[in-house]
Amino acid sequence: MVERYLRQSPLAQLGLRGQAHDGGDRAGVRLSERPFPGIVDLRGPHRNKRFRDAFAAAAGYALPQAVGATGGSENTTAFWLAPDEWWIVDARGDPEAGPRIAETLRTALAGHAAAVTDISESRACLRLSGPNARATLQKACPLDLHPGVFKQDQCAHTRLAKTSALIHAVADDSASEGPVFDVYVVRSFAEYTWLWLESAGREYGLAAASA
Amino acid sequence: MTQRFRLPEGGLIDRSRRLGFAFDGRAYVGYAGDTLASALLANGVHLVGRSFKYHRPRGILSAGAEEPNALIQLGEGARTEPNLRATQIELTEGLRARSQNRWPSLGFDVGALNNALSRFIPAGFYYKTFMWPAAFWMKYEYFIRQAAGLGEAPQSRDPDLYDKTFAHCDVLVVGGGPAGLSAALAAGRAGARVVLAEQEPLLGGALLGSRDETVAGQPALDWVAAAREELQGMDEVTVLTRTLAYGYFDHNFVALVERLSDHLSEKPAGLPRQRLWKLRAKEVVLATGAIERPLVFPDNDRPGVMLSGACRTYLNRFGVRPGAKAVVFTNNESGYDSALDMAAAGMEVAAVVDLRAEAGGPARERAAGQGLRVLPGSAVVATEGEKRVKRVRVARLNEAGTEALAAGEMLDCDLLAMSGGWSPSLHLFSQSRGKVRFDETLGCFVPGDSAQAERSAGACKGAFGLGECLAQGFAAGLEAAKSAGVKTGRKRGRAPQAENRDILPARWVWEVPSSGPRGHGGKAFVDFQNDVTANDLRLAMREGYRSIEHVKRYTTTGMGTDQGKTSNVNAIGIVAETLQRPIPEVGVTTFRPPYTPVAFGVFAGRDVDELLDPVRKTPIHGWHEQAGAAFEDVGQWKRAWYYPRGGESMHEAVKREVKAARDSIGMMDASTLGKIDIQGKDTAEFLNRVYTNAWSKLAVGRCRYGLMLNEAGMVIDDGVTCRLGETHYLMTTTTGNAAPVFNHLEEYLQTEWPDLEVYLTSVTEQFATVTINGPNARALLAELAEDLDLGTEALPHMATAWGRVAGLPARVARISFTGEMSYEINVPASCGLALWQALMAAGAKFDITPYGTEAMHVLRAEKGFIIVGQETDGSVTPIDLGMDWIVSKKKADFIGKRGLGRPDMLKPDRKQLVGLLTEDPQEVLPEGAQLVDRVLAKPPMPMVGHVSSSYYSPNLGRSIALALVKEGRARMGQTLHAPLATGARIACKIAGPVFLDPEGARLHG
Repeated sequence: MVERYLRQSPLAQLGLRGQAHDGGDRAGVRLSERPFPGIVDLRGPHRNKRFRDAFAAAAGYALPQAVGATGGSENTTAFWLAPDEWWIVDARGDPEAGPRIAETLRTALAGHAAAVTDISESRACLRLSGPNARATLQKACPLDLHPGVFKQDQCAHTRLAKTSALIHAVADDSASEGPVFDVYVVRSFAEYTWLWLESAGREYGLAAASA
Repeated sequence: MTQRFRLPEGGLIDRSRRLGFAFDGRAYVGYAGDTLASALLANGVHLVGRSFKYHRPRGILSAGAEEPNALIQLGEGARTEPNLRATQIELTEGLRARSQNRWPSLGFDVGALNNALSRFIPAGFYYKTFMWPAAFWMKYEYFIRQAAGLGEAPQSRDPDLYDKTFAHCDVLVVGGGPAGLSAALAAGRAGARVVLAEQEPLLGGALLGSRDETVAGQPALDWVAAAREELQGMDEVTVLTRTLAYGYFDHNFVALVERLSDHLSEKPAGLPRQRLWKLRAKEVVLATGAIERPLVFPDNDRPGVMLSGACRTYLNRFGVRPGAKAVVFTNNESGYDSALDMAAAGMEVAAVVDLRAEAGGPARERAAGQGLRVLPGSAVVATEGEKRVKRVRVARLNEAGTEALAAGEMLDCDLLAMSGGWSPSLHLFSQSRGKVRFDETLGCFVPGDSAQAERSAGACKGAFGLGECLAQGFAAGLEAAKSAGVKTGRKRGRAPQAENRDILPARWVWEVPSSGPRGHGGKAFVDFQNDVTANDLRLAMREGYRSIEHVKRYTTTGMGTDQGKTSNVNAIGIVAETLQRPIPEVGVTTFRPPYTPVAFGVFAGRDVDELLDPVRKTPIHGWHEQAGAAFEDVGQWKRAWYYPRGGESMHEAVKREVKAARDSIGMMDASTLGKIDIQGKDTAEFLNRVYTNAWSKLAVGRCRYGLMLNEAGMVIDDGVTCRLGETHYLMTTTTGNAAPVFNHLEEYLQTEWPDLEVYLTSVTEQFATVTINGPNARALLAELAEDLDLGTEALPHMATAWGRVAGLPARVARISFTGEMSYEINVPASCGLALWQALMAAGAKFDITPYGTEAMHVLRAEKGFIIVGQETDGSVTPIDLGMDWIVSKKKADFIGKRGLGRPDMLKPDRKQLVGLLTEDPQEVLPEGAQLVDRVLAKPPMPMVGHVSSSYYSPNLGRSIALALVKEGRARMGQTLHAPLATGARIACKIAGPVFLDPEGARLHG
């Protein structure tokens, strides 16, 4: 257990807590960092039932098989990244979540042709919400983010401005805070991504929210 | 000045909002809803510019994007923009505009001398005159550019913000006229995701300039308003006005530019000036309308000579009389619509001059019925009036209509409205690679076969009647929705109904018959913007040009910012007539994007300044910044370069850092090194194939250095790989090569060796990595380490172990890039700063010294360690580097093995890595310097090698260098020379590449 004060989230240097301001009802976009997401990269043979069963037994749910699908339990969500690659994510902000998930999976999948890698520390998670969140994200991303195409609970690993990101459609337009997206970028690109989205959302009224 | 030519009522302008503006320094007033052109015309201003080559006075020809004459310099300073069409500039309060290409003033222009000298500067004049002597072109060009010109580019950076966005839709409709609105309604009602793009601020297209058209039994503009409201009420329909579709690219990728704030007097904060829509449409409906053609007759370019449809637009949309007394000149029905509108607005119409002998369409009948004077079988053969047309000469044609009879009648007028027919706007269609075909009856090119998922509707398809436009648009919208996969259901509705007023019958004449030999008398302009006359075209053909593409380039017709929107078809017609070939054989020139010019800023978008390129920072970056480090760019990373203290120069700082690492402890942030986690039972075999050395026997907890080659046997990367578990390894790569190496490995796994059970995961940023180097490194680490045995037995050189350092979970590896006893400490990235600070605090008693990449370079060069990309350049093998010890002779294969066996790789005279010691130990060779055996008086000199790395080594008290020298290893002790560009020459001796501690004793403390 590392004391929390010794840890720095990827956007700590921007002092987001200090600059957080509530745009009130006028804010078309709310942008925040979700620090310390737990993320484990899982590789394995998706066609192998024993492998899938072993995962399901450990996680309590089945690995998503469809392109861009997600699935999960109260504690973790699995993102489909590729036919043989998933992320198992607990983004609630516990820095020990990644190592914990990795340990559980390593034990459960021992003997399978699988790889379990904790990559929590290598990613930053940004959350965009609000009525103009989709328009803001669409500026950076060539994928079609229309709610009928990129539906709630879908994810996609794609281009975002001049970097790449995994985008998770957390909630669609029916949510009270408007559509909600989580954007996972490689740690060192977090500041660039933040500044880019902040600039892109400004025309709609942007609130930097405290996580 | 009052708006003398403003009608007392009517038009789509807001008469309650008066807007003051200035043109060429003079103040005028217009109304909200005006364009600069309509406001100038309301004030009686026709003369707005000088022509490109002859500096002839020019007026406003059109009312839209096709304008070739009224090109304006808008705004001042950094926001000034040249070559804007006055016909498309929305009037705003305080707008400042200037005419272009005149000196000293628009009224008196010295350049107009060119007009008098025009006999001597025909088409192709530049090519003929300024080619000799060739070296003088640069001088000629300067004067030509001064004389022939457009506006001025701004001198300072664009202060505005531009935006870019991606977008997707089922159906893109380009054009918000009747056909486009009808298409958007059909597609929208069917449930399609629709984007409707209209370049004007208002929807309605040609209906905006009409007077008495009706749609579905209601006034046309009421229908437009209802259509707009219905479209804006649909969730899946986006209506974009002020939005130009300027380019149609592959796979239905259409680029749109939306003007967001230029027309606003109060600009909301954060609102960009323009937005680029990078739109992917499943289906496209082109409803881009048509452009009226001028007639080609002598002196057809005087201010006050306008297109007939433009006159209607000024009357009906802007409530502006384009003149007091008009002559209309036409070869089809359109001229009569214009004459009728003018008469209705109370203008005097002197006559309608009709090239048709027995013209007999409904419009003409209506005109005759209203008592307008019609002159059939006649032509305008001359015009008078310098800065504004004053009178025109009208002559009767012979019976065949091929020649004008002499003499004729003079008609006074201040407006000549002409109609030479209509050309569908095929620009986007043609950009989509659709093939156009010529329609003899309509006298224009129309869309032929489509090349993409696209269809045309309305006037751009040659449908000039309103009813037909609406029907075609509706059908196209519905069809597009269906093709896009939208389930359109049964409720399809039907197209709105309207009357068709045709432009036919017509008599297509490309050059108006004259009374004398052609080309005598005035200039008959074909291309107004480029000052190309019918004579110029004929000259080009006389000189042997046949292909329309050649004629275009030789005469410049159809070039320039308007890309020949009004001129192309007339030019093709004249060429066809002269060559006596049918028009389809002559063909059309290529349409290129953009449709109208687009500002550079919108392509840059927000990717400027700090967002130009991502800046990657390590978790410890903030500390380096606080310590005053200078940074070096390594790819997108910012790496600490050196840490100057109290006014130190770079040289002094690096010297101090390099000494500290050898004398006590130096510490570096190595977090940027690429790290690839490799798992799977076949990993050892995989490593055997991608590295030159053997990996099968590496024990768990041990590390090994590897060289990676490409297929040609050339070094592409190096790094240390640790075996973390039975089937678990961690590879490190050079900072700049992390992504390429990952891709290289993944490609081999996926395409060549899918049978290997190996998984790669990039973990570069999972860890913060700090290396401590020097004789006191172990003592410092021992203080902070828990659960770690640092003894030589437990953790020898090239071994790794887990434990805690400063209370943080850490993996420690004894890997050295300095030749010192070194520990590489890896902690979770979020703990990097905590680790660094703990080491700084605990290391204070050892005078721990952070060092940057420059000191790292010196330290490794002292040991002769290579840097891939510095000692190698893609043409260097391990053998060249003297590293044959790392190339396995026993392995059956590895990437690059065959390449290394090629005869060329075995030649004795390949360049080999050696050390160089300058004769003067204080002199430092420049990196990149060429080496020769003998210095000659001047180049060329036979070169035997080059310097790859060169530094002053404070530990050795002298300069050191690494170099690649032909047969270098066989030439130890020989002297080479580096002749420098400065004239200096540096003598140096070839030595071994390891300058310090060749036995490696320091590694062990």
